[in-house]
Amino acid sequence: MHGRPRKAPKPEDAAASAAKAEKLRALQSQLLHNHHNQIYTKEALEISAKLLEANPESYTAWNYRKLAVEHNLSHSESDPDTVKSIFSEELRVVENSLKQNFKSYGAWHHRKWVLSKGHSSVDHELQLLDRFQRADSRNFHAWNYRRFIAALKGIPDEEELKYTTKLIETNFSNYSAWHNRSVLLSHLLQNKVKGFFPKEKVLVEEYEFVHQALFTDPDDQSGWFYHLWLLDQTVKPETPLLVSTWPAHGSDIIVSAEGCLDGRALSPFTSFHSDAGTFPLILYFNEAVEGVNSSTVTVKSVFTENKDLVWKPLATSKSCAAQAWVTHLNVPDVKLHPSTAYPIEVNLGDSQGIISLSGSHCSHPSRFAFTVCVQPLSSKHAERQSVEMILWRDVNFHFYDAHVQESSPIAYFDRLSIKKDHEPAASKWHAKTLVNEIALVRQLLSEIDCKIGKLTLARLLMAHDAMVSYMAPHSHKKVHSEEVLQLYSDLMELDPMHSQYYKEAQSLVLLQQVTSNRESLLKHCCHHRVSTSSSVGNSVCLRLNNLSLSRIGCVEQLLWVQMLDLSHNELRSIDGLEAMQLLSFLNLSHNKLSSFTALEPLRLLKLLKVLDISYNEIGAHPVDTRRYLCSSPLSHTVGSDWNFNEFVPDDAKVTNYWEAFAIFRGFNLTQLDIVGNAITDEKFKSFLIKVLPTLKWVDGEELH
Amino acid sequence: MEGQIGDLEVEKHVQYILSVEKRKDNFESVVMEHLRMNGAYWGLTTLDLLGKLDMVDEDEIISWVMECQHESGGFGGNVGHDPHILYTLSAVQVLALFDKLNVLDIDKVSNYIAGLQNEDGSFSGDMWGEIDTRFSYIAICSLSLLQRLDKINVEKAVNYIVSCKNLDGGFGCTPGAESHAGQIFCCVSALALTGSLHHVDKDLLGWWLCERQVKSGALNGRPEKLPDVCYSWWVLSSLIMIDRAHWIDKEKLIKFILDCQDKENGGISDRPDDAVDVFHTYFGVAGLAHLEYPGLKAVDPAYALPVDVVNRIFFSR
Repeated sequence: MHGRPRKAPKPEDAAASAAKAEKLRALQSQLLHNHHNQIYTKEALEISAKLLEANPESYTAWNYRKLAVEHNLSHSESDPDTVKSIFSEELRVVENSLKQNFKSYGAWHHRKWVLSKGHSSVDHELQLLDRFQRADSRNFHAWNYRRFIAALKGIPDEEELKYTTKLIETNFSNYSAWHNRSVLLSHLLQNKVKGFFPKEKVLVEEYEFVHQALFTDPDDQSGWFYHLWLLDQTVKPETPLLVSTWPAHGSDIIVSAEGCLDGRALSPFTSFHSDAGTFPLILYFNEAVEGVNSSTVTVKSVFTENKDLVWKPLATSKSCAAQAWVTHLNVPDVKLHPSTAYPIEVNLGDSQGIISLSGSHCSHPSRFAFTVCVQPLSSKHAERQSVEMILWRDVNFHFYDAHVQESSPIAYFDRLSIKKDHEPAASKWHAKTLVNEIALVRQLLSEIDCKIGKLTLARLLMAHDAMVSYMAPHSHKKVHSEEVLQLYSDLMELDPMHSQYYKEAQSLVLLQQVTSNRESLLKHCCHHRVSTSSSVGNSVCLRLNNLSLSRIGCVEQLLWVQMLDLSHNELRSIDGLEAMQLLSFLNLSHNKLSSFTALEPLRLLKLLKVLDISYNEIGAHPVDTRRYLCSSPLSHTVGSDWNFNEFVPDDAKVTNYWEAFAIFRGFNLTQLDIVGNAITDEKFKSFLIKVLPTLKWVDGEELH
Repeated sequence: MEGQIGDLEVEKHVQYILSVEKRKDNFESVVMEHLRMNGAYWGLTTLDLLGKLDMVDEDEIISWVMECQHESGGFGGNVGHDPHILYTLSAVQVLALFDKLNVLDIDKVSNYIAGLQNEDGSFSGDMWGEIDTRFSYIAICSLSLLQRLDKINVEKAVNYIVSCKNLDGGFGCTPGAESHAGQIFCCVSALALTGSLHHVDKDLLGWWLCERQVKSGALNGRPEKLPDVCYSWWVLSSLIMIDRAHWIDKEKLIKFILDCQDKENGGISDRPDDAVDVFHTYFGVAGLAHLEYPGLKAVDPAYALPVDVVNRIFFSR
């Protein structure tokens, strides 16, 4: 089926082919006949052997042979020599079949079946494997069989590791050998086997080993993939860490129900307007974790009993794991003193329970504390309940006046990130290794223009920056961002086929630059003010529009955002937004969203009221790349509340409507802009209005 | 013409598939006799994607499919051949194409499949016990189509698949096995169908997968191997399910697939100027459908069936 040249059939070929076909067909019908009638004579077995040598993929013949073996064994009075010869005959047939097709699943499985009976020489198998490896070092059947034999014989991982060393030294371009090496080393490191501890010592040796491959053949991918794994082992923290929270440590939050607070200019990072009588408490980790609950996280406050707190993972799937977790604290209805700052303290990591997907426990205690001040509704404000339509026009945005200081609310920015004094500084070895690798890759790149080398350098520089900012959080200067942005631009030219990949990486670097210090962040913060109204809404908007962003990142720095403008970018997905629990106003117009299913993260934003998805590409693509990344009947992730059929008009195109239903049901939107998408027509709009009963404006028109 | 993508020879491919269905006497056909059920799925799904499923005799095909069912409930690759999970899925898929799943004793087939799950969550291919994540996918896909997924232990099935995840983000056929695009497709699909894609590191795997695209625009199945049209399906479907398909150059891949056509006799081959077969014809056409080539029906990346067939099963009243 593979690799046969295309040629026009010649008459003599057709005749020869027909003759061969006749012979094979005869063998097959005889085999099936013998099989169905349980005939296991020597002649019958010969027929099956002939068939399998000609066509090892005829799987029923392998089944037949197993039955024949079982039959003949039960009739052989367990004479050890007979037993052995029965099995060695099977091995002979397998070997002959493998000569015909050394990738036949049936043949390899038959061999495993024979070996697992325990009557055959394992050493002979290792010799056989050696021959196969030399013929084709990438034959994964042989590698899998080798793993099976190693387990059967009890060959220790260290021995097998030496085998991979031998193979790699013979030929660096042996991805299979590198892969097996990574599997074996992982086991040895994890089990802290003698000679493979401490981890740092082993990694140093592995780095030296892989450097030889990189310098010998920099265009071969095998070494670079292995190097990436080593890098991951070097930079990734051993245990999950809390990296950000909202409210932030040391902040003073004001919870109010109205925007009007007597004209005080408040820090956008610390004031929160809530109609619900609750406010969220968000924990953001460096990786997805499970087990965040009221036993593993303690919240001390006058507002709620810790044991009553319910923590939810902010994941767009039925997963119990997420990077961001949220709980809600109730603001009690009792008349609280309006100027009192009530303290709240959060502790986690004291007890085991928060674990990453790979099973490591969050074991470093973290503590953060903040205060909450409650601003009650004045009766004047209570009357003016009207919700106003948001217009995302430039004229409505006014740059945040950084000079208006109000007891330095901006200072809180530095404390958005968790204090790390509880955490022993990342070992010097990690930082030194990164510096070494950076120097080495630079050296290599000075000799040869190598795409994957450039990509590795970009990754190394970003990892280095991340490590520096972790170890010294107040020196926020990202030393390498400009160089990394340039590297990705180079890569887009060097390797245009993968330019979208590099573009997304660039977006992440750009967002890092923007969020890395308060000056750059404030440049993107604006007041939103509807000029006709005399009352001042104190909405502060983070404007990240027109930045060619194709991806969202650095969400841990943006947990405080309530109003976000991401319009006029190149976003295809909004993964990450689900952690921004305070988000109430969101502009995603003029992007590249191509399906409703891409909006799944919004389902976790319970405060979202205003959404603009106009001028995207929804309905313009037959292929939906988010189909399995959202809850739907297709992936068995919807509950019994899936009452889609009640909403769909009779002649509707089912596809488009179910996606919109899956995303929007249960939303409390007051304003939605959807014009400029291929899917939007009057029928669809009326469907949406049914699904979203709280809507007041659609595409700028007030509903009645 | 310079810059033009090129044409898909729809008529030629339809004729090629119809001829394969009828041709039974040359060597290639006899050698593939044991997997005719797979061949039926590849050929018929291709016809449906091209909008030409009505060109076959539905009743004849369905009665042949049912003749391949064994008393255990499983299906063999052809009449008289032993049952195996591989051919059971193809049988279910073929019946789904014709909207005739109701001819099945659904519980009988489902019990056969569910009975192949092992203690550790893995699946055997048949009673002889070969274990492979391909079979995990097949079990989950067929039981989903039959709406009997609750007959297996889904959590254990998912855990087994996750145990086959490698350090490069990909998946192999058994724990510790090297990442391979075919196995990745099976594992990612199985995770997709069970709402478990959070187990996939999408950036890491997405990069590994997009690096399958070589200079010619074609895709290979793992690093430093030769490209092949069938990877247009395995790699592309996987990328689509994790929403990273835009990380490859679609135009160049379309051009490669079109270059693999036999424009005179119909059919698509693994590489330009190689012999064609119905396997590569399906994967070439399905790959083009994923790339939004005009005139083709959309195909579901996890169920590997036209989207309208899948929607009919999950969204009809």
